[in-house]
Amino acid sequence: MKEIYLDNNATTKVDEAVFEEMRPYFCELYGNPSSMHFFGGQVQGKVTEARARVAALLGASPEEIIFTACGTESDNAAIRSALEVFPDRRHVITSRVEHPAVLTQCRNLTQKGYRVTEIGVDGAGRLDMDEYKAAVDSDTAIVSLMWANNETGVIFPVEEAAAIAKSKGALFHSDAVQAIGKIPIDMANSCIDMLSLSGHKLHAPKGIGVLYLRRGTPFRPFLVGGHQEKSRRAGTENAAAIIALGKACQLADQYMEAENTTVKAQRDRLQDALMAAIPNARINGGGAERLPNTTSIAFEFVEGEAILLLLSELGVCASSGSACTSGSLEPSHVLRAMGVPFTCAHGSIRFSLSRYTTDAEIDTVIREMPPIIARLRQMSPFGREHL
Amino acid sequence: MWDYTPIVKDHFLNPRNVGDIPDADAVGEVGSLACGDALKLYLKLDDNKDKIVDAKFQTFGCASAIASSSALTEMVKGKNLDEALAISNQDIADFLGGLPEEKMHCSVMGQEALEVAIAKYRGEPIPEHDSEHDHGHAYPDYEGEIVCKCFGITDTFLKKVIETNRLTTAEQVTHFTKAGGACGGCIPKIQELIAQVLGSDELQPRKRPEKLSNMKKMQLIQEVLERDIRPLLWADGGDLELIDIDGPNVQVAFRKACAGCASSGNTARMVEAKLRDLVAEDIVVEEVSQ
Repeated sequence: MKEIYLDNNATTKVDEAVFEEMRPYFCELYGNPSSMHFFGGQVQGKVTEARARVAALLGASPEEIIFTACGTESDNAAIRSALEVFPDRRHVITSRVEHPAVLTQCRNLTQKGYRVTEIGVDGAGRLDMDEYKAAVDSDTAIVSLMWANNETGVIFPVEEAAAIAKSKGALFHSDAVQAIGKIPIDMANSCIDMLSLSGHKLHAPKGIGVLYLRRGTPFRPFLVGGHQEKSRRAGTENAAAIIALGKACQLADQYMEAENTTVKAQRDRLQDALMAAIPNARINGGGAERLPNTTSIAFEFVEGEAILLLLSELGVCASSGSACTSGSLEPSHVLRAMGVPFTCAHGSIRFSLSRYTTDAEIDTVIREMPPIIARLRQMSPFGREHL
Repeated sequence: MWDYTPIVKDHFLNPRNVGDIPDADAVGEVGSLACGDALKLYLKLDDNKDKIVDAKFQTFGCASAIASSSALTEMVKGKNLDEALAISNQDIADFLGGLPEEKMHCSVMGQEALEVAIAKYRGEPIPEHDSEHDHGHAYPDYEGEIVCKCFGITDTFLKKVIETNRLTTAEQVTHFTKAGGACGGCIPKIQELIAQVLGSDELQPRKRPEKLSNMKKMQLIQEVLERDIRPLLWADGGDLELIDIDGPNVQVAFRKACAGCASSGNTARMVEAKLRDLVAEDIVVEEVSQ
């Protein structure tokens, strides 16, 4: 069965050109970039090129790029570092809708005596800026707010939030894992101190991430050991994956316009058609500014896992904010923070597109989705008056 | 992705007996929209009002909830009411070739709907409830003190599920009932209930299997050590580690308070007796220092 892959916020296909770029660095050019011989040196040269390519996508300088193993590591490193460089500041700010890579760490900090404020969102998933402004104070060590939400695609005003944090002397970190490659980011004209990126969300392989660290920002490394990454992240460089990420960032820059025109048009067509064909549905975060590739739709009176498995029978890959898909028992913390009613929180489906998505694939989902929802609603004891 | 059996997939993709029975004799409803799954079960009885001649269901929930409901309706048809009441949630899971442990609450939901339907038919008292808005009352027809406020689950119900399924950890109780699965505030209370149930004499003794392959025997030894023995040692600040199994010989090393304890010989005999009781008669437990 050929897959129709609409789960690109979970992970993406490695671009063929990206794979070709990294391929020689396993069996042939396997040298250690730190070695003093020519064999390591030629790998070092490609790592340097990759660093410049990543920096170019972010509008950053190459020395501001620290390669890590994943977005989660970058998030952990950023927050831990801030707490170490500001030992007297005991307050951390984040949002209720962050990715677990940030949220779990922040919640663990409360057990270590830190004050942690989780800023709420409105029904469309927009950050409560009044609550945020009131929360930042001279005790705040770090603010960590995501650039764009993985479940709904809702974009936070991170530049504005960063300026407020800076005015109180706090560091500002943004988990930009979902945003990078989908919307333009220019760190040269920004006051954000730290940024997390994950390779596998933009057509590079899994196992490579980046922590952007603005020049001059005080930093304490998370992993210590060797002198790699200017002693800011010890451990032998994952050279092949770094080289792949460099290529992926170069391609992301080239495809940025398509992402915001072609992909966005496909996303809009998909959600408009589903909303027109299926009653008792709503777009989560529909009223807010969102990533061009993401839509999360809540269908009342049905449960997400059942929808996903029926879609999967047809080769369609999506994801859900439902409790049952994760083994947890409550619907996603993002949907709950947005106050999505219980009648539909369990029946939320996220479609996330990419530059590989075709119009024919969108047509298939538009055709197949209404009968799936109808079939499950026929089976449900709820909402029978709407049948 | 969940590892569902082919039978679960079949009952999810081709559910049997979906729908309602307008002139049903018995109807049982459990769960709610808020809880994330719900089942409404309809039973039709024969003219003698004893044998179930038809059963239908309406279910809101995941694949295993739908499959469990479908399986239940197939299982009860042709049974009389007392035979139907003897169906346990484990029977439903077995019918489906097993369920992932995290999904056992789906089989529990089926069994409860059946019990509620029959209790209502027989005119046993049923408390009123408002299931649409309350985040909770998954099993409203169980009296007792609410333990899990998030899902509205009572101690009476939890004790019953712990006992029937011989659950030993709070995590298992969450997988079977959802209790403790949201805010987690009631987990200490759940642990207390487990201790109460396991400490009571009402438990039916488990039977030693008649025949065991070597692989099964090793698995069972490990399971008994984990479920029955280590929790007892933990209670006294001790612990043990399984070092090796060679035929009937089981080597264990005592840890923490048990290590070097004067009565560790007695503890070893206790472990041996338990393993002989639950695994195989010829087991010899040997204490090693390692």
